Amino acid sequence: MSISPQTTDLSPQSRWWKPLGWLAPVVLIGTQAFGLLSSPPDRDMGHLQKIMYVHVPVAWNFALAFVVVFYASVRYLWTRDERHDLLAASAVEVGTLFTGLTLVLGSLWGRMTWGVWWTWDARLTSTAVLFMIFLSYLALRSFTDDPERRARWSAAVGIFGALNVPIVYMSVRWWRTLHQVQSSPSTVDPIYAWGLRLNAIAVLLLMTYFIARRYEIARAERLLEHRRDSLALGTSPEAVHA
Amino acid sequence: MSLAAPISSSVRESASQPAGSAISLVEITRRFGHKWALRGIELDVAYGDLVVIQGHNGGGKSTLLRVIATAVQPTGGNGHVLGKDLRREASEIRAESALLGTANGLYEDLSATENLLFAARMLGVRQPAEQVVKALAQVGLANDADERVRGYSSGMQRRLALARLLLQEPKLLLLDEPFNTLDADGTALVHQFMASTRERGGAVVVVLHDLARLSVAPSATYTMTMGRLA
Amino acid sequence: MSAAASWTRVSAVAAKDLTAERRAKANIVAVTSLGALTLLVFGFAIGPDVATLRTAAAGILWLSVLFSGVLVFHRSYQIELDGGALETLLLYPGERWEIFAGKLLANLCIVLLVEAIVIPVALVLYHVSVPDTWPALLAVIMLGTLGFVTLGTFYSAMASRTRSREVLLPLLLFPMLVPVLLAATEGSASYLVGNAMGDAGAWLRLLVVFDVIFLLGALLVFEHIIEA
Repeated sequence: MSISPQTTDLSPQSRWWKPLGWLAPVVLIGTQAFGLLSSPPDRDMGHLQKIMYVHVPVAWNFALAFVVVFYASVRYLWTRDERHDLLAASAVEVGTLFTGLTLVLGSLWGRMTWGVWWTWDARLTSTAVLFMIFLSYLALRSFTDDPERRARWSAAVGIFGALNVPIVYMSVRWWRTLHQVQSSPSTVDPIYAWGLRLNAIAVLLLMTYFIARRYEIARAERLLEHRRDSLALGTSPEAVHA
Repeated sequence: MSLAAPISSSVRESASQPAGSAISLVEITRRFGHKWALRGIELDVAYGDLVVIQGHNGGGKSTLLRVIATAVQPTGGNGHVLGKDLRREASEIRAESALLGTANGLYEDLSATENLLFAARMLGVRQPAEQVVKALAQVGLANDADERVRGYSSGMQRRLALARLLLQEPKLLLLDEPFNTLDADGTALVHQFMASTRERGGAVVVVLHDLARLSVAPSATYTMTMGRLA
Repeated sequence: MSAAASWTRVSAVAAKDLTAERRAKANIVAVTSLGALTLLVFGFAIGPDVATLRTAAAGILWLSVLFSGVLVFHRSYQIELDGGALETLLLYPGERWEIFAGKLLANLCIVLLVEAIVIPVALVLYHVSVPDTWPALLAVIMLGTLGFVTLGTFYSAMASRTRSREVLLPLLLFPMLVPVLLAATEGSASYLVGNAMGDAGAWLRLLVVFDVIFLLGALLVFEHIIEA
């Protein structure tokens, strides 16, 4: 992998994603309504089952966040362009939020279904592990001061964490099938399929907005740091290479 | 051991000269966190030269040496060392240069022989065992060779670091405060090594805060202040 | 760079690390003691019921290995940081992955040595007998250890350089090791306790996949994370 200096352009870019700020919530309300109204109450749980229309799309989307982290981390190590590092970090922050939300909703679901706050359900347990992986990325970042080292190390941790996602899922699922106590909540009933898909798209729009917004803030923060550095250096900002 | 005579131009002419400079740096910058250690360094060193860099502590002298050695990558700017690109051909530069840093880089639980044998194997030295014995004898550590470095005085540790240098025949010799904790014999050895490097057509860059300990006239002297070279 | 030259450097690094470890005997004794102590303490926590102990044996054994193993990884880098040896190490000709491979080999030997002592202690304390299928059990242990040491050597290259390395290394390492922990625990259990339900072969395959992916990943990415 070549290491070449880049003059990175951190100036604010086109804000194509800005309309999502109002569009995504609107779409989400619409798809939630669709989900609530279009499918009948569950046999056992009644309307409480509908929490799945938030829980499952959020879960799918945090997995997508991991994909973004992987891509951006690899790109950073390849190009040493810090914008990729900023994107990866933004995706991790938003991903952590969504993973945490998945855990909370899953816990609530378990409480409603079986009266317990935690079941060692395969998917929920995997989510807990992946949540810890996201957190450890953020912890490493906060303990590393030098921006260049922080970017390289974060990229390594991001790549490894993302690589582990399918392995974690598989191993925890096998583990649970060996010690099967309770059955997993079923979401494969085709009645729910469209509701889930539409909500997944709505949550995707929302997550895209969050990541893009966080990324924009990260770029602005970094640009400020560069300007401060070039002041200390006594050169123009454009001459500061990343 | 005689002290090296002042270098005359005949030394430079007699050695085979590769084309170009030994070191050529353009606008080198290096940042650690929010602190800029190097600010826009421009430096040219010719083969056969002995260059001295002076300056107060914290001025960036060590950082500059480490950038040239490719131990540290520059944040900005570029350069060529021994004709190779600083960023892209770093491992080739490392193969032909040697750095004696302020820290000795020794493993305290190992003996002197073991430390040098490790270095010799990493350097790809042929007949490592023999070369190690020779190097230890040259620095006067033959009798203490099998003691753990932990029990060495700081002068002995410095000499061991020097011995490690003797395992190589670098085209570029980089020395960071080489005379620290060395006595007259050790100092003479350093001068000898500098001279033999130059005789082979190589270049030497020395960071010193006390010019008096150098008994050879340098080809050029620079002073580093707050990351800038003058 | 020829393969022979690479192997020279890899083995030089491994030999150097092992020699240093052997000299500081106190360290490996302390690490092994901690492993044995963890087994004991967990035994107290679980209670003396034999059936419970036997079921929990494999899991607790691996936890003990994890907790004591992180100490090995820290020390591997501490000897480089102590005398400023890391910079010298990075200035030798050659590739960075060779340094990683050498340290990996050394750490592997040390952790396996610790396991060689801790495992019999576990068998005794937790009333488990060595099964006839012990070669397969050995394979599980070796593969699990390889995955553990690969990630441990990799992450400690970063964690050992930070302010809070005692907390950061487990924080980074343990979530990543969940597949190894599950595979090694279930795989070991099915051989140790004769658990007919466990498909030990599948767990072995998982360990192999895990080990290959992260060994390759570590060798490729190490040059980006190591610096003086």
